[in-house]
This record gives sequence, C-alpha cells and structure tokens, in this order.
Amino acid sequence: MTESVVVDHVSKHFVMQNARTLKQRVVRARKGELTNPKFLALDDLSFTIEQGEAVGLMGLNGSGKSTLLKLISGVLRPDKGVVLTRGRIAGLIEVSAGFHPQLSGRENIYLNGAILGMDEVEVNGKFDEIVDFADIARFLDTPVGRYSSGMFARLGFSVAASVDSDLFIIDEVLAVGDPPFKKKCIARIKQVRDEGRTIVFVSHNTTQVKRLCTRALVLEDGRLGFDGPVQEAVHYLKYDADGDDDEDAEGGEL
Amino acid sequence: MTAALREEHPLGPMRPPGDTTGLFGVFRRRYLLRLLVRKELRVRYQASLLGLGWSYMKPLIRFSMYFFVIGILLGLRENVPLFALHIFTAMIMVSFFTETLNAGTKSVVKNKSLVRKMNVPREMFPVASTAVTAYHMGPQYVILVGACLLLGWSPDPTALLAGLLGIAIMLSISLAVALAFSALNVSFRDIGNFVETIGMMVMWSAPQLYPWEFVDDQIGGTWLEQVYLANPVAVATLLNQRAFWIPTLDSDIDTTGFMPDGLMLRGVIMLGCCIALVAVAQWIFSRLETSFAEKL
Repeated sequence: MTESVVVDHVSKHFVMQNARTLKQRVVRARKGELTNPKFLALDDLSFTIEQGEAVGLMGLNGSGKSTLLKLISGVLRPDKGVVLTRGRIAGLIEVSAGFHPQLSGRENIYLNGAILGMDEVEVNGKFDEIVDFADIARFLDTPVGRYSSGMFARLGFSVAASVDSDLFIIDEVLAVGDPPFKKKCIARIKQVRDEGRTIVFVSHNTTQVKRLCTRALVLEDGRLGFDGPVQEAVHYLKYDADGDDDEDAEGGEL
Repeated sequence: MTAALREEHPLGPMRPPGDTTGLFGVFRRRYLLRLLVRKELRVRYQASLLGLGWSYMKPLIRFSMYFFVIGILLGLRENVPLFALHIFTAMIMVSFFTETLNAGTKSVVKNKSLVRKMNVPREMFPVASTAVTAYHMGPQYVILVGACLLLGWSPDPTALLAGLLGIAIMLSISLAVALAFSALNVSFRDIGNFVETIGMMVMWSAPQLYPWEFVDDQIGGTWLEQVYLANPVAVATLLNQRAFWIPTLDSDIDTTGFMPDGLMLRGVIMLGCCIALVAVAQWIFSRLETSFAEKL
C-alpha cells in the first residue's frame, strides 16, 4: 500500500474580521484590540489516506470539512504542517465553481475540463460520455446560466467524474439533484472506487457514506474526533440515535 | 530508501497539492489559457451589437478627439508633420498599457469563484488579461501598417528593430504590472483608484499629444529628462514612432531632434529592466497568492 494523501500536523487559521481601512486599523490598535482576531479552523490535524481507499469525511457544519478539502485540493495552503498528495486530483468542491453562466454547456465542458487539468484531446474523447451522463444533449448550446440547478449539478458532477484522476474529492454535491440522479452519481462513484482510485467524500448522509466508504473521519472543531469504520463513526456522531431522517430513508432505497 | 521508492511510484512522488510554478505553470497549461482568453472575449462582447467592432470604435473615437482638440484647435498639426500618425503610433502603445493595467488589476478578483474553489495557477488570470488586450491590439496594428503603407512607409532595419523592441517592452511591462497589481488588489482594493491615476499619468507622460521635441526643448539635459525617459511607456512609444512615424515622413524633412539620442540603446536596456520587473512581479504574486482563496 502507498499513501495517497498525507496530512501532517496541519493547522489553518482564518481571520475573522478584516479591519481593512487604515482608519479602522488605527482605531483598533489604539483600543488595544487585535487588528485581526483569528479563528482556528483546523487544529493540528494528522492522518494518512492510502491509495485506493474511499474515505467519508463527516462532522457537523463548521467542523472544518470544507477547509480540509480545500487544503487537499490545493486551493488553500496550510499555516502550519504539511499536506502531501500523489497523482492527479479532480474534485467537485462546489458544483458551479468552474462554470461561466454566459457560456454554453459545450463551451463550459471544455473550460471546466481544462481547469481540471485535461487537454483538448482528452476532453474531446470524453465529451459524449460527459453529455450522456449529465443528460443535457438538448441544451448543449444554451448558456448554462439558464440551466436549472439540477442540470447544473449534473453537468458539474459529470465533468469532474470524467477526469482520470488518482484522487477524487466530492463535497456534498449530492445534496442537490433528484433521487434518480443521486443514484447515478453513487453508481459512478462506486465505479471510480472500484477502479482503485482514492476517494474523499463529504456527506451528512450516513447511508451514502456507509455504501461508498470503507473508512470515516469525523471532524470536531477542527480536530480529528474519530477515525475508523463507518458504522462506528455514525454511532460516534450519534446520527443513528435520532432515527432515520428523510434523506437516509431515501438513500436506503439505493 | 523510502524517498527512492516514492519517486518510482507510477503516480509520481508525493508533493504538496496546488500549482506553484508561476508563469511556467501558465505556459505549461496553454490550452487552459487559450480557453480563458476565449471566455473573456465571449463574455465581454455578449449581448453587444458591435461586438469586436468596439475594439475599432473606441480607439477611433479617442483618436478623433485627440486630433481635433490637440491637432486642430491647439494647432499642433502645423508644428508636427503627419501629426495624425504621430498620435496613432503613440496611442497604440499607451492604450495597450492602460487597458492591461485596468483589466489586469481586476483579473484575480473577477475570477473569484475559480480562485476560491478550483486549483489553477492563479497567474493564469493576469496573463489572460494581457493576452486579451494583445488580441485587441491586433486590428489596430493592421490599421497602422496599412495607413503607413498608404502614406509611403519606407522602413530601414533600425525602424523594424525599434518596432519589435517597442512591442516587447510594452508586453513585458504590461504583464509585470498586471501580475503585481492583480495580486495587490486582492488585499487592497485601493489599487483600483491608484490604477486610474496611473492611467491618467501615463496618458500625459508619453509623447502622444505632443512631440518629443517639446520635451527636449523644455527639460532636455536636466534630470527631469532622465525621469521622463525612465518611463517604459514613453520609451516604447518613442520606439513605435521611430518604427512607423519617422520612416513615413517626407524625405526632405530634417528629422534630427525628433527622437532622443541613443534611443535604441535605451530601448534595449529598458527591455532588460522590464523583464526583470516581470520577475519581481512574479515574486510579489507568489508571496501574496497563498492567501488569495481566504481573502476573496
């Protein structure tokens, strides 16, 4: 086994209030306040993900999941510690991220593909597959600004999933989209997993995590609260105590 | 031992995610750059009737105003031979700089959603703005060359060299400014106001609406002349005039004093300085870039 992601004593701060103008800064400094109070989003976090593992990242809102994903995908840099990854990363941190509303679906597929690191030949080769999966063939030449949110989500997922990445990062994108589409996505993620690619999957939906992942990390206020089998993680989070919510019930049908 | 094993892994070594190769990274991902430039062009002219026609219209109107006010009302057309061409050769250079300055400064902030959520070399954005401006300059160069040929352009080798040198200086200084200012603009939105001021200063501090002779008459031989000629836009403008305006003048006109002494040497030194400035700007950009995603 080889490592795919190494997170080693990583901390990340965010500045809470930005005193931007000179006046604000001087006033604060004179009051003896900190000019920019900081908030610790990730606190000395360490773990390793092996190549081919499918890891579910869980935790309450604000526990640092998205920050961690952004660090792994390279959008943010850690303040302390080191993040190392191996191979090509493709991810879907937010569905709409790489899309420009005024460009057509076709143009956006090429643009988003290029942003995710594909070249022209690669996108050409994947084009039909992407369009098929997203089911937008009729609207290819319509600006994506006019797409419904479901179409948007489908297209975003479809492009990201088509990249031959070694590490696939998915952040709660499956919260949008209808049950049939979610089903399709889950099937696709399973396929990615079975190809031996590493997956980091963020979800509050315990059923989805159970189905897809072999291991779960639970974040609590920027620290690693739990690392182990999914079933125990769910228990740890006490998500199972309140009984199944609608999401779970729906996920159970998959 | 482990290090050697890692190097041999088929997926490559473990490394920090995120592209930090700067301008080289942009060069390596030319395909993405091309698409970003195309996107910018599409978006800029979407729902506009004239479309790319604007890149002819705007300079045409500006040129007409300059010529009418300075050339006719203030009568400079009588002092300067082919004054229209004098203005146009300069205008190309000056507006290249100011347009890159304006668009480049905003480039990172405008691509907020990409910067915050996707992993692309961030230098991509200022480079793309510079490329977009260069694309718009194309038609103007076509008009310039066409006009010169009609008026009897007979370029000597020095003229051609001057033309290329002028373009090279303009591209490198614009890129340097776009890189540095786009990064500074993320933390300090004051830059927007600063940029307007620079744009105004540049418009007046290159020999566009007045000939070099006036500068030489008033401040020639003083330290102010050296300050004037330390401005890359002024030097690029003079070089462009050396390339297109001087060789188009009637051969019986005595052109001594039309250009500063040692212009070509100055141009070469200036190009070196501007390339060094690109390196400095890249350094500034890399320093600031690490906190882009959280500041936007």
